[in-house]
Amino acid sequence: MLAKRMIACLDVRDGHVVKGVNFAGLRDVGDPAALAAGYAQAGIDEIVVLDVTATFESRTALIATIDRVARTIFVPLTVGGGVRSVDDAARLVDAGADKISVNSAALRDPSLITRLADRFGRQAVVVAIDARLRGDLQVDARLRGDLQVDARLRGPRYDVLSRSGTVIERSDAVAWAQEAEARGAGEILLTSMDRDGTKRGFDCELTASVSAAVGVPVIASGGGGTPEDFAAVLTTGLADAALAASIFHRGETSVGELKRYLADRGLPVRLESGVSC
Amino acid sequence: MNVAIVDYGAGNVASVKRAVEVLGATACLARKPEELVAADLTIVPGVGHFRLPADRLDDGWRTAIRAHLERGRPLLGICLGMQWLFEASDEAPDSAGLGLIAGRCTRLPGHVKVPHVGWNTLDDRPAGSRLLAGLSPAASMYFCHTYAAPLGPTVVATTSHGHPFAAAVERGLVFGVQFHPEKSGDAGLKVLANVLSARRNESNDAR
Repeated sequence: MLAKRMIACLDVRDGHVVKGVNFAGLRDVGDPAALAAGYAQAGIDEIVVLDVTATFESRTALIATIDRVARTIFVPLTVGGGVRSVDDAARLVDAGADKISVNSAALRDPSLITRLADRFGRQAVVVAIDARLRGDLQVDARLRGDLQVDARLRGPRYDVLSRSGTVIERSDAVAWAQEAEARGAGEILLTSMDRDGTKRGFDCELTASVSAAVGVPVIASGGGGTPEDFAAVLTTGLADAALAASIFHRGETSVGELKRYLADRGLPVRLESGVSC
Repeated sequence: MNVAIVDYGAGNVASVKRAVEVLGATACLARKPEELVAADLTIVPGVGHFRLPADRLDDGWRTAIRAHLERGRPLLGICLGMQWLFEASDEAPDSAGLGLIAGRCTRLPGHVKVPHVGWNTLDDRPAGSRLLAGLSPAASMYFCHTYAAPLGPTVVATTSHGHPFAAAVERGLVFGVQFHPEKSGDAGLKVLANVLSARRNESNDAR
């Protein structure tokens, strides 16, 4: 049976892992290769490395980081942050990335998704979507019953923002996910900007609405704080995988404990290394 | 132990190389058929489209791979490389596989999420497989594919995603895995080690 994947995200800046709260207040938490090795040992199913600065200078550092991580771990490695072209992606693949995550560049030029899929295969193309509940829907709870408000609530509910989290690029996260799939995305990495860094739980409604609308796997991200949060997004949220950073980095929940919790609730997870002698 | 990894431009060769090297073997990326002559083990990796190996691995390569097997040396196909060991694939109906194993690869069914991405179990494992020796019954491997090989007499493990397909095949010294052993943690490294020791055993038998 296909297991639900637990994915650790390493936000990297200049060769160091940092973790922000709501994309701000970056804080150094350690060496990427050492962290990745620890997670692989603990049973993580996949590692995602995101270059959170993605400046020209950080490119070289990122290549070196990916090379070191890929020599250390033998689980799938996804890399993203500032990938603007097939050539950018090729350098990361050469350094050891199995999959490439694209975000802002795909929003600016959606044909990039197709070009990446043509070059590396669609299984290597992850389209990252940063979604946020529409501003006008966040304040409207008291106004339910108003016909105009109700009509709005039935329409698209989530905006898509660029990676920096400052510009609204699309008005419907579900439609953008469907377009990304049609253009060649092999997976959707869906981050709730409302929940990211808050540990208030994943946005199950957002995740379910996207997952039900596409035929490719959806990775839920943003807000995972407790094992219960993971169970919720993998069931009612219809997520195929769940990604977290800070709860793993800070040791608040170990990968092993999390997986045992999920297994006890009947969710398919990979519990052991699989080698018997 | 020299491992030749056939590099025909289908990605992930570096990952396979790193995994083989961790196991103590020497790995080289083979870009010409002649480079298989010194290989103890030949690996055909690959992710992407079936037409890539079908078109790029021409008669020169096919002859070299068959000669490699005739020298008593094992061959391992990984993912797309395994599918290429079969006769054909619906992904590229006009392109021919190597045909070492009978059957045609087909697309996974539409009612499940495709690509099939993630860790899945190896089921229906007959006893005595050299390829999967030492794996526990619960062993899971990392898969990432859209097309899959059919069930048949050479299958030593099946996996289900929508329907059951060949997760691993074994016929003499011809081995194939739909999963990525280089991305399947310790269990995957064990499979690679098993293929390396298939070569070691052949050497001992010859002595």
